[in-house]
Amino acid sequence: MQHKTILSGNEGVARGAWEAGVGLGIGYPGTPSTEIVETLAQIEGPMVTWAINEKVALEQAYGACVTGLRSLVTMKHVGLNVAADPLFTTAYMGVNGGLVIAVADDPGMHSSQNEQDNRWYAIHAKVPMLEPSTSQECVDFTKLALELSERYDVPFLLRLVTRVSHSRGIVEIDRNAEYRRQCRSYERNVPKYVVLPAHARARRLVLEENLKKLVSDPQARSANRMEITGSDVGIITSGASYNYVKDAFGDRYSILKIGLVYPLDGAIIREFASQVRRILVVEELDPYLETMVRALGIACEGKKYISPFFELNPQAVAASLAKAGLEPLEKPEPAAAEAVTDIPARPPMLCAGCPHRGFFYLARREKLMVVGDIGCYTLGAMPPLDGIDVSACMGGGISIALGIAINPPGGEKVFGVLGDSTFYHSGITGAIDAVFNRRSIVPVVLDNRSTAMTGHQENPGTGRTMDGEPTIMQDPERIFLAAGFDRVHLVNAYNLEEIRSAIRDAKSSPDRVAIIVKAPCRLLKEAQRGPVREVIKENCTKCKSCLRLGCPALSLGSDGCPVIDPIACTGCGLCEQVCRNQAVLVQEKGVTE
Amino acid sequence: MFRETKRIMFAGVGGQGILLASRVLAEGLLRAGLDVKSTEVHGMAQRGGSVVTQVCFGERVYSPLVGPGAIDALVALEKLEALRYIHFLKKNGVLLVNRKEIPSLPVLSGAVTYPQDVEERLSAFPVSLHIIDADREAERLGNHRVMNMVLLGALLKLTGIADLIDWKEVVSEAVRPEYRDVNLRALESGMIVV
Repeated sequence: MQHKTILSGNEGVARGAWEAGVGLGIGYPGTPSTEIVETLAQIEGPMVTWAINEKVALEQAYGACVTGLRSLVTMKHVGLNVAADPLFTTAYMGVNGGLVIAVADDPGMHSSQNEQDNRWYAIHAKVPMLEPSTSQECVDFTKLALELSERYDVPFLLRLVTRVSHSRGIVEIDRNAEYRRQCRSYERNVPKYVVLPAHARARRLVLEENLKKLVSDPQARSANRMEITGSDVGIITSGASYNYVKDAFGDRYSILKIGLVYPLDGAIIREFASQVRRILVVEELDPYLETMVRALGIACEGKKYISPFFELNPQAVAASLAKAGLEPLEKPEPAAAEAVTDIPARPPMLCAGCPHRGFFYLARREKLMVVGDIGCYTLGAMPPLDGIDVSACMGGGISIALGIAINPPGGEKVFGVLGDSTFYHSGITGAIDAVFNRRSIVPVVLDNRSTAMTGHQENPGTGRTMDGEPTIMQDPERIFLAAGFDRVHLVNAYNLEEIRSAIRDAKSSPDRVAIIVKAPCRLLKEAQRGPVREVIKENCTKCKSCLRLGCPALSLGSDGCPVIDPIACTGCGLCEQVCRNQAVLVQEKGVTE
Repeated sequence: MFRETKRIMFAGVGGQGILLASRVLAEGLLRAGLDVKSTEVHGMAQRGGSVVTQVCFGERVYSPLVGPGAIDALVALEKLEALRYIHFLKKNGVLLVNRKEIPSLPVLSGAVTYPQDVEERLSAFPVSLHIIDADREAERLGNHRVMNMVLLGALLKLTGIADLIDWKEVVSEAVRPEYRDVNLRALESGMIVV
């Protein structure tokens, strides 16, 4: 019984994997990919877990695939950089059970530090890649990728983008479908699974052969589609860009929709080229298709008109191709000629009561050089906290600090700050390196016992697995001590005095000192709320010190005195500690209720 | 009835219930037999930042994402967000605004002040402007959180799709049983208020 329902692209990938009988779903959380694993975990059937990082996720999935299980790995685009090592080599080794790596790019950097175009990974690692446009294609392409992976003995990439992962559309599903785990038998095969140079040379040729066969497979080719409506202009496009082209131009121009992004089917591109007089390529980010089409000796235009930066949309595509002489279906008549820009910005900010706030507030006041990391705490860089000097990538909070310590500006100890999940992801290696190489840095773990930014996933420090089963809870203090740190300050995230003295000791001491700032994320159920505070106007000198905390519950009143919003206030008490005039006090009982 | 694709946009601040409102809208349009696509932003953008969703519907919808100048109806759950995204609206489009001020980070820290002339500025644009106090209405109904349903009700009325299906049924299924009644009352009151 087919039934229409609305799914996000991520939910579609999970559905497709489930229908294809994957035995393992695994990943590391990262926007916009997170909900694939979370959705899969809600359906009975496969084993679904969060891994410590993307490399470990891909390696586990590969192990499961060697045993014959179909496996799905998920991550955000930058996660594939972490998992690149196993990606390149498992391509040579090939699979047993199907292996699909769903990777979500973020054009426009809604929640990311870069907008790398991961289609290049496919050609670089020689791993075939499918790219869906809709939620329905997310279901279909995930299943197709798992099947083709097994048929051609190669892992598959499924490339998503924010506007596919986090868009919702109608999908037809069979309500009565049942989960049937697919599992092939395992046979020991050392020349395939042990990549000694001699084995790898042989597998290299097998891979080339398999890619050649794959590109002529009728099922693989069915992922590419020609929509011939005229012989004048032909548009080659794929993924989200296809949606924008169709929205802007409907059936006005012929289209070649590429679903199999690598290896490209040269035959269908040549056939398309023979049917139209002029070819335009519409793609988000890099000129990947354009470069490949040109390499076939076919003239085309793309980035001459289409922006190579940020996200596209139908109106942007229409406007760009108008310059190429194309006529969109609609000519927009906007209510405003341009965006209103003379209004206050609304950047993301740390929540009221966030346990990260106190450390960053003091970092600036204690004039620390701080290397940050990737997570909610990256927001510690925003004014007024302004508490981070450098931040690049996950785990870099400690490792980049190691390099700065070689030539520290001002000659002072540098602080490397990251969250708990990030510490386990790839921060531990930097902490051990600090001891190994005698680098004078202070690692700081902002331990909120959660992977907060992506929606509170379990991690090795939470003491629970993804399905809620109790497991060993990692203890960062013992990890630091085992690595050779002389002492670890365990401080309360809501006690500025404790944090300050830990900072001062760590900064001035010749010893190896680490700091762990502890308190659960305020959005977690177990987080305790304190008594709501209020500003006593008679005592307030309007010095605005409390406003430098950048707390959403605190704002400047019309009379110049700060005001605390009693609904937003979580009673963390930082403002009371910051105030020098006893003007912020616990609200009198009865006033809050 | 909807041969041409209609495009709706919600803009507000993280935590205001935008995702629920747009998902209810999309689900209802699916039940009305229409094609529907929507898009959302998650992650960092949600931490007190500006949050936007778009819902497109019609006989055949290709893109969930809409660029500037092509939105038929913009629902702003916060006043400043109406100004921030007004350039997405088509000329003569519907602009439904909640009379609610939520200070953003630069306002909170005292770096800038919240503009006092937002409504005045909005009324200068060639749009069909409707400003309602959805928060007050929701509080009157007993739960300030159902403000999103007040606005959804008003949107359905203003865009002529209130009678397309039984929206109360969709809302009932989308919210937790203990909050069903107050959500339904909010939806109904939104339909009356405009």
